[in-house]
Amino acid sequence: MKITQVSIFLENRSGRIADVLAVLAGANINIRALSLADTQDFGILRLMVDRPDDALAALKAARYTAIPTAVLAVEVPDAPGGLHSILSALSSHNLNVEYMYAFVGRKTEKALVVFRFDDPIVDDAIKALLAAGISILGPDAVKDI
Amino acid sequence: MFNPEMETIAPDKLREIQNARLLATVERMWNNVPYYRQRMQEAGISPADIHSVEDLPKLPFITKKDFREQYPYGMLGVPRDQIVRIHASSGTTGKPTVAAYTRADIEAWAECGARCLGCGGGNASDVFQVSYGYGLFTGGLGMHYAGEKLGAAVIPTSAGNTEKQLMLMQDLGVTLLCCTPSYALQIAEVAQRLGIDLHALPLKAGFFGAEPWTDAMRRHIEQAFPLKALDIYGMTELSGPGVAHECLEQNGLHVWEDYFYPEIIDPDTGEPLPDGQQGELVVTCLAKEGMPLIRYRTRDITRILPGRDCPCGRTHRRIARLRGRTDDMLIIRGVNVFPSQIEDVLIRIDGVLPNYLITVDRQGNLDTMEIKVEVTEQSFTDHIKGLEALRDDIAAKLKSVITVGARIVLVEPNSLARGLGKAKRVVDLRKL
Repeated sequence: MKITQVSIFLENRSGRIADVLAVLAGANINIRALSLADTQDFGILRLMVDRPDDALAALKAARYTAIPTAVLAVEVPDAPGGLHSILSALSSHNLNVEYMYAFVGRKTEKALVVFRFDDPIVDDAIKALLAAGISILGPDAVKDI
Repeated sequence: MFNPEMETIAPDKLREIQNARLLATVERMWNNVPYYRQRMQEAGISPADIHSVEDLPKLPFITKKDFREQYPYGMLGVPRDQIVRIHASSGTTGKPTVAAYTRADIEAWAECGARCLGCGGGNASDVFQVSYGYGLFTGGLGMHYAGEKLGAAVIPTSAGNTEKQLMLMQDLGVTLLCCTPSYALQIAEVAQRLGIDLHALPLKAGFFGAEPWTDAMRRHIEQAFPLKALDIYGMTELSGPGVAHECLEQNGLHVWEDYFYPEIIDPDTGEPLPDGQQGELVVTCLAKEGMPLIRYRTRDITRILPGRDCPCGRTHRRIARLRGRTDDMLIIRGVNVFPSQIEDVLIRIDGVLPNYLITVDRQGNLDTMEIKVEVTEQSFTDHIKGLEALRDDIAAKLKSVITVGARIVLVEPNSLARGLGKAKRVVDLRKL
């Protein structure tokens, strides 16, 4: 159920993201989705990629601070209220979302949302989502999106 | 011990040697160094007034400024044709500080260096890698001659090309290593990246100096390498590395008192302070010919540990590990701050590399201090709030030690320059 996202620590200055993308391009890694969280001084670049292990190895070799993070990717009905139904299922169990970002897949009509929960509650979140009839993508599904 | 007879000499015998050598040095300066003769005359004294090291406080100090003014040859104690070697320290402003050696000076320097290596258990069977820079800097050649004097197999790798250093360290079975402490950490970082297990190596002692470093950094180095990390003290003006060295007790550095007589003074008044009290280290070189030195103000802040009863058996007095130079001290909003205090705080925080850069600036009339620290995988949790908590934790711990606030900036690993020699830790942008 859980899939691996690559999280990279970056200084907040020009050219840093381009440098990371150059490393990944050099390792022939395909990026499926991307999100950036930033503050005045630093940021965290979060990526869904086709081969997370290879991406991490390439980034570490290039001396970045990069770690794997377990996230959930959920299919969202592409209709009004689609995302709301998912968040309702989580909030009714009092499960706090650490962060989330959405993207649209190529091969499906549906939107996809990546959720990050703190470690202790991620398993509760999986239960709550499945109980609400929401489908969670496995690692193989992510490769094809 | 390299020279047990001299290293464990009875204090009264040592005093006889010191007195005899001091008188010869004063005589040499009076006769051969016009500017110091003039200084003595201005102070109303002549060699006839000096009978023992007790009389040292009568003699004028020599400072870095004198070296600048007498550049390059004004301080020679012998005709230039007796000089066999010249070193120079990196002058941050203007001309370098020059040190000139006779053949006997080189020999004495090697003797002191060999005693230092002996302090770490070194002997003729050791393989000694010298990763201090070779050249004008005294570190490389100074320790090289020390190693040869000891009879060890000396590998003159100099600094740099760290991967090759590691290859030689493994292949040649290096047992003793010397370099700056910051370069030692860089070697450890590269070893980790290459998957080299340093703890499988036969290393036993490391001789680290040329920049101030903390006990916390020592623990870091001792965790990374299977060796005792020992502090070596020296400076170009005095000869180079090997003026004083820690023994395996790791409790103060023995000053080789038959060559270097230490005093501690109040840096503001110049008054001598008793053993045990902290102040500026002043050193008289008792046997130097090429550039004899009397009461040289080192600007290093330390104290002499009272007594001559180190458990190692050496009777030469010890100075405490140096907290920094008066030159290194930053005055931020009126508060004295040593970079070593900042390092001491940072190195205790998990997930921060002991690599940092302090930038001091002035905005309006207010000094600002920014400290860049490198984030490692250990401290990176994919949460902005986790990184902010790390930053705030560093800021709070620093403030409790140095009392002035600093802006902490988390930066990527390896984004701060790694020095091969002395690490550059401070950038002062204030136009004072």
